Amino acid sequence: MLTFTIRRLVLAVPTLLFISLVIFMLLQLAPGDPMAQVPLTVPPEVKEKMREALGLGAPVHVQFFKWIVQFFWVEPQVLIDHLFGTTFSEGQLRVLSWQTRSPVMDIVVQRLPQTLWVVGMSYVLGVLIALPIGIYSAYRQYSAFDQIGTFVSMVGFSVPTFFTGVLLIVIFSVNLGWFPSIYDTTHKVTDWDSFVFQLRQMIMPVMVLALYNAAQISRFMRASMLDNLNQDYVRTARAKGLGEKTVVLVHVLRNSMIPVVTVIALGVPQVFGGAIITEQVFKVNGLGQLLITAIEANDLPMVQTLTFIFALLIVIFNLIADILYGILDPRIRYD
Amino acid sequence: MTELINQPVPSAPPRSQWRDIWDQFKTHRGALIGGIVFLLIVLAVFIGPWLWPYDPTFIDIRSRNQNPSWAHPLGTDQLGRDMLARMMAGGQTSVSVGITAMLLALFLGSLIGVLAGYFKRLDNLLMRTTDLFLALPLLPLLLVMVLLFREPLNAAFGPETGIFILIVTAIGITSWMPTARIVRGDVLALKEREFVLAARSIGTTNFRMITRHVLPNVMSPIMVSATLGIANAIITESALSFLGLGFPPDFPTWGRLLFDAVDYMQQYPERVLWPGLAISLTVLSVNYLGDGLRDALDPRIRGR
Repeated sequence: MLTFTIRRLVLAVPTLLFISLVIFMLLQLAPGDPMAQVPLTVPPEVKEKMREALGLGAPVHVQFFKWIVQFFWVEPQVLIDHLFGTTFSEGQLRVLSWQTRSPVMDIVVQRLPQTLWVVGMSYVLGVLIALPIGIYSAYRQYSAFDQIGTFVSMVGFSVPTFFTGVLLIVIFSVNLGWFPSIYDTTHKVTDWDSFVFQLRQMIMPVMVLALYNAAQISRFMRASMLDNLNQDYVRTARAKGLGEKTVVLVHVLRNSMIPVVTVIALGVPQVFGGAIITEQVFKVNGLGQLLITAIEANDLPMVQTLTFIFALLIVIFNLIADILYGILDPRIRYD
Repeated sequence: MTELINQPVPSAPPRSQWRDIWDQFKTHRGALIGGIVFLLIVLAVFIGPWLWPYDPTFIDIRSRNQNPSWAHPLGTDQLGRDMLARMMAGGQTSVSVGITAMLLALFLGSLIGVLAGYFKRLDNLLMRTTDLFLALPLLPLLLVMVLLFREPLNAAFGPETGIFILIVTAIGITSWMPTARIVRGDVLALKEREFVLAARSIGTTNFRMITRHVLPNVMSPIMVSATLGIANAIITESALSFLGLGFPPDFPTWGRLLFDAVDYMQQYPERVLWPGLAISLTVLSVNYLGDGLRDALDPRIRGR
């Protein structure tokens, strides 16, 4: 297991390097000029100096290498400095955004809490809704609950989040006026009233994402439970006189959770990607909104870093899913 | 010998495989309804404009922002364009994008899957490529691709064809991976079967082997991926249009109509409803169709 983990970790390095190269080469084709906003009165030689200051004069491979060094060497040092108060990164150039001229990672850290709150909460909630529904509809297969449950999860899985989001806004903000349609990220929770306000503004984006995730996970949970319910060990457990609750919730559930846990782990990065749309619907200024404004403003270092962070999440969670699968199921042995 | 001759002769001809599949498919009521609904949507969207008198781009500023009436069953938008005509035009684009992108993804996926499964030398390389593609963050990359290539393609093919080619290609080359994996797995299993050995022993070339013996046997997973691929492509295209990075406003798609309607959500909430419902209903029916096909094409379930 350990050798497998180490081998996968080693293999992840060239994968990540290749992905960053793909993103970098794609962005090199960008038609926009970051100097387009500079006033025309600025003389051309000064403009040339500014281009060089942004690192644009250097050949492509030098630019790529510099980005790699900044992202993998300088940024972790900044993190260590921040955590332990050391001064490793002093005087070293960080990845700078062309829009704001401030380090990209600082902006990402500012935006991260909003995304994490909405996305993280919705994923946890989605899993909590999905598991009981999946378990019960598999246990009572073809019952009314199962029929309705599978239909609802099929609908939830088919209706895109940008439609459910807009629909909820129309119903609950425009017609009923219960919840605000715009997420106010400057809001701080200080007392009970502000907490209630935070809850009210979070409820719609969280519900939209949670229902979408719950629909997908409950389908997996149901299928996995159904696979296990007819196994011989279930009959044995019943035959030796175990209660129905123990059979289903201990024996069957523990075995059915193995594939579901890996699916949940694999879903995390996709949820971050899908949150781009939900953030746009509810005007949450999280990572997704940051990416879209960066794309529209031709802010290449920002787009490069954000896209790479999404790729990093995918690779890390793939690894976690593989390792979890090996740990949870002793029959699986990666040689 | 006489014993064999005296055996009762089967009176009915042997049932074909497709007949069995159809029988199984019919028992899945959701799939049947899904298939009918999808066909109706496709027919309405492609034949409807022939019967409906209004042009989706005709601007009648005096009858703008009308509520539903007999003349305009879905009302008119802020420029007085008939919403029903725009919905049908939008559906044409959305469904065509969905089907074309699915065909491209299916072609790429089956090609890579068959090559990887059939030729051992290519297997490692192709599957690592597939893994790499699976590790790419697709929605951010799609956004970047649309932004980068929109201008050059617009210049080369005109705004409508250019963006169509761009979106179909972008969706196609970012969604072939699941098909490739499934097809490779099936081809690997098929390759060890006796009929392949028999075909090889009479000197079948690799090309004939793939087209005659391998591909027909992996048709069922490909067909299931096809239905799921249409759903995925329609949702992705609508999401891109919804983020304002898809088709231009005078060339409506369902996603674009939804995006435009959001600005008028306070006054005319029903304008959000129609395109959203159309997308959801199409995707739902296609997903049900896929579910039914998967059951019907799986010989282990058939007959149960």
